[in-house]
Amino acid sequence: MISLTIDEKKIEAPEGATVLEAARLAKIDIPTLCHDPRMKPHGACRLCIVDIAGLPRPVTSCTTPATDGMVVTTTNPRLERLRKTTVELLLSDHPNDCMVCIKAGDCTLQNLAYKYAIRESRFKGAVRQHNRVDNNPFIMREQDKCVLCGLCVRVCDEVQGVGAIGYANRGFESDICPPFKNELNCEFCGQCVSVCPTGALSAKMWAGQPRLEGMENTETTCTYCGCGCNITLHSHANKVVRVSSRSDNHNRGWLCVKGRFGYEFINSKDRLTTPLIRREKGGKLEPATWDEALDLVVAKMSAIKEQHGADAIGGLASARCTNEENYLFQKLMRVGIGTNNVDHCARY
Amino acid sequence: MNSEIIVNVCMGTGGIAAGAEMVMTAFKEEFEAAGVKNARIEERCRLHKVGCRGFCARDVLVDINVDGEVSTYQYIQPEMVKRLIQDHVIGKQPVTEWLVGDDYHVFHDNQTKIVLADLGKINPESIDDYLGVGGYTAAKKALTTMTPAEVIVTVKNSGLRGRGGGGFPTGLKWSLCAANEADQRYVICNADEGDPGAFMDRSVVEGNPHAVIEGMIVTAYAIGASIGYVYIRAEYPLAVDRLRIAIAAARERGYLGKKLFGGQFDFDVKIKLGAGAFVCGEETALIASIEGERGMPRAKPPFPANKGLWGKPTIINNVETLANIPPIINKGAEWFASIGSEKSKGTKVIALTGKIRNTGLIEIPMGMPLNDIIFKIGGGIEGDKLFKAVQTGGPSGGCIPQQYIDLPVDYEGLKSVGSMMGSGGMVVLDETDCMVNIAKFFLQFTQDESCGKCVPCRIGTKRLLEILTRITEGKGKKGDIELLQELAEDVRDSSLCGLGMSAPNPVLSTIKYFRHEYEAHINQKKCPAKVCNKLLTFFIRQDMCVGCGMCLKACSVNAITGEKKQPHHIDNTLCIQCGSCFDVCKFSAVIKD
Amino acid sequence: MAGLAAKFGSGAMSNSVEGISRNEALFVIGSNTTENHPIIGLRMKEAVARGAQLIVADPRKIPLVKFATLWLRHKPGTDSVLLNAMMHVILAEGLEDKTFIAERTEGFAEFVESLKEFTPDFGEKITGVPAEDIRKAARIYASAGNAGIYYAMGITQHVMGTNNVHAVGNLAMLTGNLGKDAAGVNPLRGQNNVQGACDMGCLPDVFPGYQKVAIPEIRQKFESAWCAALSDVPGLPASEMTEAMLAGRMKGMYIFGENPAVSDPNTNHAVKGFESLEFLVVQDIFLTETAELADVVLPSASFAEKNGTFTCSERRVQRVRPAIASPGAARDDLAIIHEIFQRLTGGDAAATVQPAEVFNEVASLWAGIAGMDYARLDRDSLQWPCPTKDHPGTPYLFEKTFPRNETGKALFTKVPYVLSDELPDAEYPYVLTTGRELFHYHTGTMTRRSTGLAAVAPEAFVEVNPADAKDLGVKDKEMLTVTSRRGTIRVKARVSDIVPPKVVFIPFHYKEAGANRLTSDALDPICKIMEAKVCAVRIER
Repeated sequence: MISLTIDEKKIEAPEGATVLEAARLAKIDIPTLCHDPRMKPHGACRLCIVDIAGLPRPVTSCTTPATDGMVVTTTNPRLERLRKTTVELLLSDHPNDCMVCIKAGDCTLQNLAYKYAIRESRFKGAVRQHNRVDNNPFIMREQDKCVLCGLCVRVCDEVQGVGAIGYANRGFESDICPPFKNELNCEFCGQCVSVCPTGALSAKMWAGQPRLEGMENTETTCTYCGCGCNITLHSHANKVVRVSSRSDNHNRGWLCVKGRFGYEFINSKDRLTTPLIRREKGGKLEPATWDEALDLVVAKMSAIKEQHGADAIGGLASARCTNEENYLFQKLMRVGIGTNNVDHCARY
Repeated sequence: MNSEIIVNVCMGTGGIAAGAEMVMTAFKEEFEAAGVKNARIEERCRLHKVGCRGFCARDVLVDINVDGEVSTYQYIQPEMVKRLIQDHVIGKQPVTEWLVGDDYHVFHDNQTKIVLADLGKINPESIDDYLGVGGYTAAKKALTTMTPAEVIVTVKNSGLRGRGGGGFPTGLKWSLCAANEADQRYVICNADEGDPGAFMDRSVVEGNPHAVIEGMIVTAYAIGASIGYVYIRAEYPLAVDRLRIAIAAARERGYLGKKLFGGQFDFDVKIKLGAGAFVCGEETALIASIEGERGMPRAKPPFPANKGLWGKPTIINNVETLANIPPIINKGAEWFASIGSEKSKGTKVIALTGKIRNTGLIEIPMGMPLNDIIFKIGGGIEGDKLFKAVQTGGPSGGCIPQQYIDLPVDYEGLKSVGSMMGSGGMVVLDETDCMVNIAKFFLQFTQDESCGKCVPCRIGTKRLLEILTRITEGKGKKGDIELLQELAEDVRDSSLCGLGMSAPNPVLSTIKYFRHEYEAHINQKKCPAKVCNKLLTFFIRQDMCVGCGMCLKACSVNAITGEKKQPHHIDNTLCIQCGSCFDVCKFSAVIKD
Repeated sequence: MAGLAAKFGSGAMSNSVEGISRNEALFVIGSNTTENHPIIGLRMKEAVARGAQLIVADPRKIPLVKFATLWLRHKPGTDSVLLNAMMHVILAEGLEDKTFIAERTEGFAEFVESLKEFTPDFGEKITGVPAEDIRKAARIYASAGNAGIYYAMGITQHVMGTNNVHAVGNLAMLTGNLGKDAAGVNPLRGQNNVQGACDMGCLPDVFPGYQKVAIPEIRQKFESAWCAALSDVPGLPASEMTEAMLAGRMKGMYIFGENPAVSDPNTNHAVKGFESLEFLVVQDIFLTETAELADVVLPSASFAEKNGTFTCSERRVQRVRPAIASPGAARDDLAIIHEIFQRLTGGDAAATVQPAEVFNEVASLWAGIAGMDYARLDRDSLQWPCPTKDHPGTPYLFEKTFPRNETGKALFTKVPYVLSDELPDAEYPYVLTTGRELFHYHTGTMTRRSTGLAAVAPEAFVEVNPADAKDLGVKDKEMLTVTSRRGTIRVKARVSDIVPPKVVFIPFHYKEAGANRLTSDALDPICKIMEAKVCAVRIER
């Protein structure tokens, strides 16, 4: 452990921690826009600048290693002025159309504008026109809202190992795009969408649905493969309208294309809504009441057991369903029917 | 008769651009033609390619050396070669009207040459030429008689500071690097010279590439690096070619490779071509570029000396810094420290351009007053106009006004007036230059070259440029000067790398010294230097106009009317102040005010 | 499962996903991890970024190959020979962990004897992997301080699947890569709750917690807990049920949340089985291909509508919570099963059941999760074994002992060379291997109803090596007919060097071109898994 002073507070931090990490451990808030603890520090947004005794100019706390005895100031009029100017500059090249933006209420830039009470930027000028229409069904890019934090580029490279996007052009015209500005053609994991601090990246299927503010959130577990990712189902009016994942869980907030975007089946019009019965062999499946259906099940099962013995009945449990359901199912087969003919699809 | 005749043709990029290749060919052909008549001359004649000697304004420069008597000719073109051979080589009579004048000697005599000493004298493509002037003796001395620590101490004591712009003490940087535990260290030669108008590094690599390689060998030995990179822009093809030739020759002679000078030290050099992004001259961006990433700077600390290329301790020195190393090792730290001023030792190579008579490459002892540079070496202002300011340090330097004409040119001196040494660019401005426009010009460059990574530089420089543009177009508002100043300070203080930190310098220094020009643009809507067209009214002096019609043709908005051979008129309600009429008029009849 | 349980006493993933990033070496065999377990794949990429050495053994050039130090492209069905040859090298070069072998294993001497014939040269002859690469792989794996093995259906879905699993286990035992952090033998589970379904006793020979039905004391425990007499005869595994149906021994069937009419190998055969039943109940959220064959279809709840727990690959028990209500009259599976149970056993049909109660009942019968309850799980997920309320859960197994038997030692198993059941011949000259692709899940019931996924991966394809494409005179995207001894499908060609010559790959998500109509239902004799990964096919334009 090393000890340092931040805003006149004595702080202990682990060896190798950055100044930002040390400050956050001590619950000292330093604003950031391009930082995500799951990725390497980038130092681009310049909001996390701090003064360090002995250094001639402010440095970014996200990139500066904390050292023993360091004396750090995270806020003073000069630092706040620099931060405010940075936010003003960002807003001067931003549509500021929060009224119709999907990210409103959950947007880092919006929060910063609020924090620094910037109603109007002092710096009016040219704005980028980087809107483009993509053909892919998942990811919506509104790049005039992009703040070039680089999180999407880094997550795609450092975490996903894909590198589907990078920077093009330079200076004010910098842009984030796939190689040669081609259509996005990637794994569509949506990790980029999940880390975007503004409305520059969102999902096409979220458009027009309630924003994050207006939704109910349910913490649960993904239904697809065996990774067991923790997810949050965002629902509204008895409909699942978005899936996300918290960064503090064991899958660190990362999801795959199925987990993140493959939720429409839940509200599919094809869902079964009533029991069906085939009233005679070769006939059609017809709607029935629960009582009718369950009576038939119990009667038929009992009859087979009576006639051919319990082992003439088999049960296939489900690797998709819950532990409790599976437990009860095998108990049903073993106790209710009286057979060990119970298995599931572990083998395929 | 043992007379020897040597002809040296300047084959730097400046020389080649002025037609040196053709002059060379002409000499070859004319010698051949003459040699048929007199075979003895042909045998004794040696034709040399040499590197730049700095006075590029006078290219093609040719030396003719007959029995040790050297005559230097300027502005030589191929058709002049025949007469030079006939009169001077064969007839032994120099062609006096083509010889350089006194100013050529004034230009050279006021300089102190360490880095440029052998440029223009040796053939850069010949390792033997370099060996002939004491080449590789410094490397041999360091590697065979000194410990790495002794080399570092020597460089520390010499007082050498980085010539790439920062002015960080070179020996200190090396010792910081050497102090790291590491299985691998690197030396990088930064030859990504990007300042507009600057060509000192290019000239050194073109004219004396072995000096740079030797400097790298000594550096590598001092810090314990086995691999070196020269990061050089692909737009320097001649420099790259000569470097390749030099590296191959050095390898062949055993100056690069395994077990140098019979010891245990291995070192080799690779060339990495840059794609011409200005920001790649910034050391962390340069490292990113070598690693194959987009050339974007990284936050410091960690500094490259601790964690650089591929995360290993790395020394990045600029070409000029490295070229100073062999003389320091050969002649000693005390000798070097005896040149220059108190805190800035040695010499500095400067690219002198702008409204000055003698443009070119010069090398001065640190601390030489501005006045001497501009009025002695530079020969004063072109057209005897009034000196207004000098802009130093490249596009992100500041403008220094008349009142500081006696300022000593060294790191501290330039910094004290809001400018900087940078890589050594010096642009002289006269009374016809508008300082707002100058600030705009440099901002345009830095804004274009911003990598786009950090917010203050990416958007801040753009907004600075927009405010400057509107001021020069007469749309400046009250408060714009203050806004410019505040934004410039914020961009300076919060940008990620040196580019953004220094980009506001031209704005801040011009506001500081030439605030009245800004005020005239904003308040009176006037450009005192009559540069900003949008603030000017164009009219035609009836007494001067001959009615040639050139202005009428040049006007794109049909604002000019007039019969042939009759004075023309400008309709100011239509005029868009583009200035084309002013530019094309051969009779000074178009007036702007 | 059966293989590992026989060796170690537990067939679950021995270690944790989080530890993957701390591996010094990773050996991935028979798992297309980045497509089938994308988030586990991220940990592997992280390990590589941190400097770990990655060995990938797969006949296909799967995406993970891009990150690999070494790629072993062995012929389909030769996994155990490859593994044996690697172990031969480890022994020949003295890279084995002698202490671990001496203290924690048994059966070593006979095992060493059995490896004699598996020289690297023999390995090269059988697997097609250069002997030098086999040596390199052995050295990388054996020299690492912490090395983990990761496998999936590519290892198990073979007639010699159990052998393969034994070979994988032997390799880890030989190098002492068990019972410690960031190592182990890690079967990756293909579905969200395969682990849980096994844990809960949905297997024909065990009660919940892998407690054998054949052992009287165990049976008595469950009989007294459940207040019922229980059968001591192990039941039929799913893969043998089809034959029982066709033979008329099985008359009634209750299937919930499964779609075997698409997922079973040799589906034509399986469908005939279901059709021959007297009574079939299917409980699902969609009218699946299997449900279409049913006599009664019961509409159930999706995961977004129910309360309960899932247990993922790494033995982690996690809560599932309802976000919305089920559509129409659909009910959650627990309520349906419970009501049938009540009706069958003469209980109160109107009585309701809470998942938490059911969980507590399991916890009272299986020590592995005895320390878990919903209150704890609501705070954070837990990895079993978690025997007491203050136990933090177990990130890796076998730290001190192997629960196989009283000795507490792991067992080396001899793994002979066994050929795949159906090898290519003149009539069926290509090897077909099957699997999943990133954008779909299993039989596509869910993913093909998600518009985005269906749009980027709309149809089935067969991967054909460019050399084979040339022989067949087929171009990319042209239709091909693929025929095996069991069925035939029309499917679009995808000409690609992902597959080696003479091997083709078809994903099994697409019912209209169901790969499992072609695959073989030959069984592994021990664990009764079907050989879905290798069969012989013929291809025509």
